[in-house]
Amino acid sequence: MSFAARHIGPSPADIEQMLRVVGVASLDELIDQAVPAGIRLREPLKLPAAATEAEALAELKTMMARNKVTRSFIGMGYYDCITPPVIQRNILENPGWYTAYTPYQPEISQGRLEALLNFQQMVMDLTAMDIANASLLDEATAAAEAMHLAEAARGSETKHVFFVSDTCHPQTIEVVKTRAKPRGVEIVVGDHRQFQFDDRVFGVLLQYPATDGAIHDFEPFIKLAHEHKALACVATDLLALTLIKPPGEFGADVVVGSAQRFGVPMGYGGPHAAFFATRDEFKRMMPGRLVGVSKDAQGRPALRLALQTREQHIRRDKATSNICTAQVLLAVMSSMYAVYHGPAGLKRIAQRVHDLACKIGSDVDLPFFDTVRVGDRIIALDETTTESDIAGLVREKTSPPLPARTSPFLTAKVFNSYHTEHEMLRYIKRLEAKDLSLTTSMIPLGSCTMKLNATAEMTPVSWPEVAKLHPFAPVTQALGYQELFRQLETWLAEITGFAAVSLQPNAGSQGEYAGLLVIHEYHAQRGEPHRDICLIPTSAHGTNPASAVMAGMKVVPVACDEAGNVDLGDLRAKAQLHAANLAALMVTYPSTHGVFEEGIQEICEIVHQHGGQVYMDGANLNAQLGLCRPGDIGADVCHLNLHKTFCIPHGGGGPGMGPIAVAEHLADFLPGHPIVNLGGENPIGPVSAAPWGSASILPISWMFIRMMGEAGLTEATKVAILNANYIAKRLAKHFPTLYAGHGDFVAHECILDFRTLKAGVTVEDVAKRLMDYGFHAPTMSWPVAGTLMVEPTESESKAELDRFCDAMISIHGEIQASKSDDNPLKNAPHTAQMIVADKWTHPYSREQAAFPAPWTREHKFWPAVARVDNVYGDRNLVCSCAPLEAYAEV
Amino acid sequence: MNVPKNLKYAKSHEWVLAQGDTATVGITDHAQHELTDIVYVELPASGADVTAGKECAVVESVKAASDIYAPVSGEIIGVNDALSSTPELVNDDPFGKGWLFKVRMSDPGQLDALLSPDDYAQHIGA
Repeated sequence: MSFAARHIGPSPADIEQMLRVVGVASLDELIDQAVPAGIRLREPLKLPAAATEAEALAELKTMMARNKVTRSFIGMGYYDCITPPVIQRNILENPGWYTAYTPYQPEISQGRLEALLNFQQMVMDLTAMDIANASLLDEATAAAEAMHLAEAARGSETKHVFFVSDTCHPQTIEVVKTRAKPRGVEIVVGDHRQFQFDDRVFGVLLQYPATDGAIHDFEPFIKLAHEHKALACVATDLLALTLIKPPGEFGADVVVGSAQRFGVPMGYGGPHAAFFATRDEFKRMMPGRLVGVSKDAQGRPALRLALQTREQHIRRDKATSNICTAQVLLAVMSSMYAVYHGPAGLKRIAQRVHDLACKIGSDVDLPFFDTVRVGDRIIALDETTTESDIAGLVREKTSPPLPARTSPFLTAKVFNSYHTEHEMLRYIKRLEAKDLSLTTSMIPLGSCTMKLNATAEMTPVSWPEVAKLHPFAPVTQALGYQELFRQLETWLAEITGFAAVSLQPNAGSQGEYAGLLVIHEYHAQRGEPHRDICLIPTSAHGTNPASAVMAGMKVVPVACDEAGNVDLGDLRAKAQLHAANLAALMVTYPSTHGVFEEGIQEICEIVHQHGGQVYMDGANLNAQLGLCRPGDIGADVCHLNLHKTFCIPHGGGGPGMGPIAVAEHLADFLPGHPIVNLGGENPIGPVSAAPWGSASILPISWMFIRMMGEAGLTEATKVAILNANYIAKRLAKHFPTLYAGHGDFVAHECILDFRTLKAGVTVEDVAKRLMDYGFHAPTMSWPVAGTLMVEPTESESKAELDRFCDAMISIHGEIQASKSDDNPLKNAPHTAQMIVADKWTHPYSREQAAFPAPWTREHKFWPAVARVDNVYGDRNLVCSCAPLEAYAEV
Repeated sequence: MNVPKNLKYAKSHEWVLAQGDTATVGITDHAQHELTDIVYVELPASGADVTAGKECAVVESVKAASDIYAPVSGEIIGVNDALSSTPELVNDDPFGKGWLFKVRMSDPGQLDALLSPDDYAQHIGA
C-alpha cells in the first residue's frame, strides 16, 4: 500500500459514496466547481515521485549520516543534555502527547495544563519571580518580548532607548535589534560597567551568566536602572540558577531564557521552550500563553488558559504580542525533567558540571558556572561532559566562589514525588489519559489542519544525527541538514510558486512578521521607506494586525461583504486613499470563511496598482496544495504553517514552524543570522535565535512530501475539500453552512451556523457536549460568533466523518428535546464522578449523559473535569502549583 | 434594558453623570450585558488628562476586551478602586457601584454632544 493511501482517510470506494452525497460525479468535477478556473495550476508540480515509508526513511538516514555528531563545547544558549529515556519514549515520541491541540477546551486538556503549570512553577521558583508564562518560542525572541514589555510599561514617550549588554548571546542581541527597529526603539549595545543612564532609557537587557560564562553582580546596575525608571530584563540559565542567586533576588523585572538544557535535544537549533517570568504588577502585559487555576461546575479545581484577552486573537492590533503559540511539547518535557530529577537531582547535575568547569578554570576574573574562557576560546560544558572530554584542558587555577543561592526551590509536592522510573512513567501516563488527542478521535478544528502525523514522519526527530547537533556547529559538520534544507526549500518554492524560502521563522506569527519586514525592506530599498499602511480584511485572524503593528505598520481594515468575501469596492477605495503610503495587504486564501474567493486575482492586482505588496497568510494552504499556488495567484510573500499543512504535529500547543516563501524581487531580503551565513544578499536581521528555526522537526515535512509525491499531495487536497463538503452536506438539514463559494461548495472547511438554535442553547454548550461523545469541538465562534468551523482534513476516513456527523445530529435531537436549562448540553461535559454520584436530579438519564452514542460503549473518553468556570479563573488569577494543592485539601 | 433618565450617553455605550464640572463615567446596562461577565477593568491614572472620544480605559470579559472612550475631556480626579478586586460590580450595578472614573471637565459644553436617555434607548433598540 502506498503511503498516500495510509495518509488519506477515505478509500476509493468511500470516495464514490461521498461524491454522491455531495452531488457531483467525480472528485475532479467537485474541484472544478469549488476552485475558480482562473487560478488553477496548469501543469503538475515538479516534485519527486512518491517513496514508500521504508524508502524515504532509508534515504533520509543516508542523508543525515553526513551530519557529524561531536561533543559540543559551544554553549551560547544551547547545551547538550540527557533526555531521560522515560521522557523521550513517553512524551517526545508519544502521539498521545504530540498530537494534542492547544488546550482551548480545558475539560479535555487537564493533563498538559498540569504539566504546563509545573513548567510555570519551575520557572517562577528558579528565577524567584512572581509569575511565569507557559513558554515562548526561543530565548532571543523572549528577550525581544521583554523589551516590548519594558517599552509598554515606560512612563513617558520620550523614553526610547534600550540598553543591551554586549555579553548577551550574539543571536539575542541581533534578534532584539531586528525587533527594535520598526518600533523606533534605539538599541545601545555596550559594557554595563561603562553605561551612562539618562532619561531616554526605558529598559536594559543583561545576561546572567554572560555568554562568556562570567557571572556579574548586577545588583548595583539594576538599582541604577530603577533610579532612572528603566526596567531590568535578565536572560538567564535555569541549571545555573540551582546554584547561584536568582535574578528575582537582585531586582530583575523580567527574566527570560531557554529551558532547552532541561532534557530537550539541541536539534540543530530547536524546537525548545523559552520562558518568560515577571513581577506581579506586569502580569497583564505578559506575552504568550498563561495557565491558571480555576474551578469546574462541581466546585473542584480545574486548570485553563488564563487572561486570553491579552492575546492577539482577541486584542488584534492592541495585543501584548503577535505570539499565538507556545512550545508546549518542549515545555512539558522540561517540566518533566525537573519533576523526575527534583530539586536535589538538578542541583547535583549542576554541581557536577560546575566542578568539571572548575578543573579548567577561567581567564576571566569573575565567578562562572559551566562556561570558561581559556585564551581566546570560550568553552562551555554540560550535563553530558565527562572527565575524559576535558582531560587535555585541566589546569591549576583557583575559581572565585559562586554567589550562592540560599533560597529553596521546587518545593511543591510534584517536584518531590516521582523520582523512580515507575512513578515517573505512571505520572506521565496519568496526565496523558486526561487529554484528548488524535489518538482518540478527529480534532476537526477550522484553520488548524489537524491531519495525520505519521509515525514514519516522526521517527527521524529522535535520531542522534538529527537531535544532537548544536545550531552553531560548523556547517561542514551538518552536511546532511544542509542537503535537507536545500531540498525542502526547493520543494516548498515549487509548491507555492515562489523563488526563495526562509526556514527561519518558528511559527506562523513569526512568518507574518518576517514577511512584512521583507516587504518593508523592499520598499525602503526602492526609496519608499514611508510606505507603512497595511490593509487587512476584517475577516482576518487577529495575528495579522498584531504582526503588522510589530512590523511598524499602520493597520487599515478592509470591509467584507455579506458572503464573507473581501469587499472589492472598499478595497479599491482604501488602496486609492492610501496609494502614497500603501505597504501591503494581508490576505488569507482560501478565505478565513472557508471559501475560494473568486476575486482573489483582482484583489492582488488592485494592491499592486497602488504600489503595495501582497502577503498571503498560509493558514489555509491545505486547500491549495497541488491545485493552485500563491505565487501564481499574485501574492508576493506567503508563510507556510508546516505544523498544519506539512504534518508537524501540534504538540499540544507548539512547536510550530512558519517558513516564508517569496517572489524573486524579495529574495534578497530574506532574514540573515549573526553567526551562520544565510539569507538574502541584503538580509533583514534574524527573527529567530537559530539560523534555520526549529531544524529538527523539518524532517517531518520532508518525509511527508517525499512519501506523498506530487500525485499524493494533489489527491490529498482534493479529498480535504471533499471531506469538508461531505460534512457540510450531511449536516445541512440540521446546521446550515454559513458561507459557500461557486456552485455552493466550500473549500477545505465549513462554518456551521448555530445562531438559529433554540433560545438558551449556545455554541459553547454544543462544543462541551461533543466531549461526552468523545470528540474535540471544532473552532468555536471564529471567524463568526455563534458558529463552529469544521476542518476535517484529508486524513479522516468516511467512518470517522460519519461518526462526527452522527454525534452532531444526535446533539441536534437533544437540543430539540430539551425543555429546560437542565439538559445534557448545559451540564456537559459529564465526568465519571457526576454520573456515579448517589444523587441524580436531572430530567435525562445517566445513560444518556455518559453514553449518548453506541461507540461510547466500546471506548469511553471521560472528561477529567466538569465545565470549567472561566470567569472565576480570570477574576481570581492563580498561576502556580501550590495553591492548587492547598485548594484540593479543603 | 435600564436607561436612567438623569444621565447622558455616548454612542460607544458610556454614561455620564454631570454634577457641576465633575462628570462620573461608567458603562451602560446594555454594554455590560453584551460584554458578559467582567473580569478586569483597567482604569486611567488619577491626574491623567483624557480627551473626549479617545480611549482611556479597558473593560475585559473572558471573551472580549473593550476599549472605553472618554465621553468628555478633562482631568481624571478619581477612579473606582473597588473594581480591582470586584470587577463584577460593573455587571451587578452598572449605573451605581460599578462606576469607572470621575473627570473634571475642561469643557462642560461637550455634554451637549452626548445622547439623551431617549436617543440612547433608540440607539440600542430598547
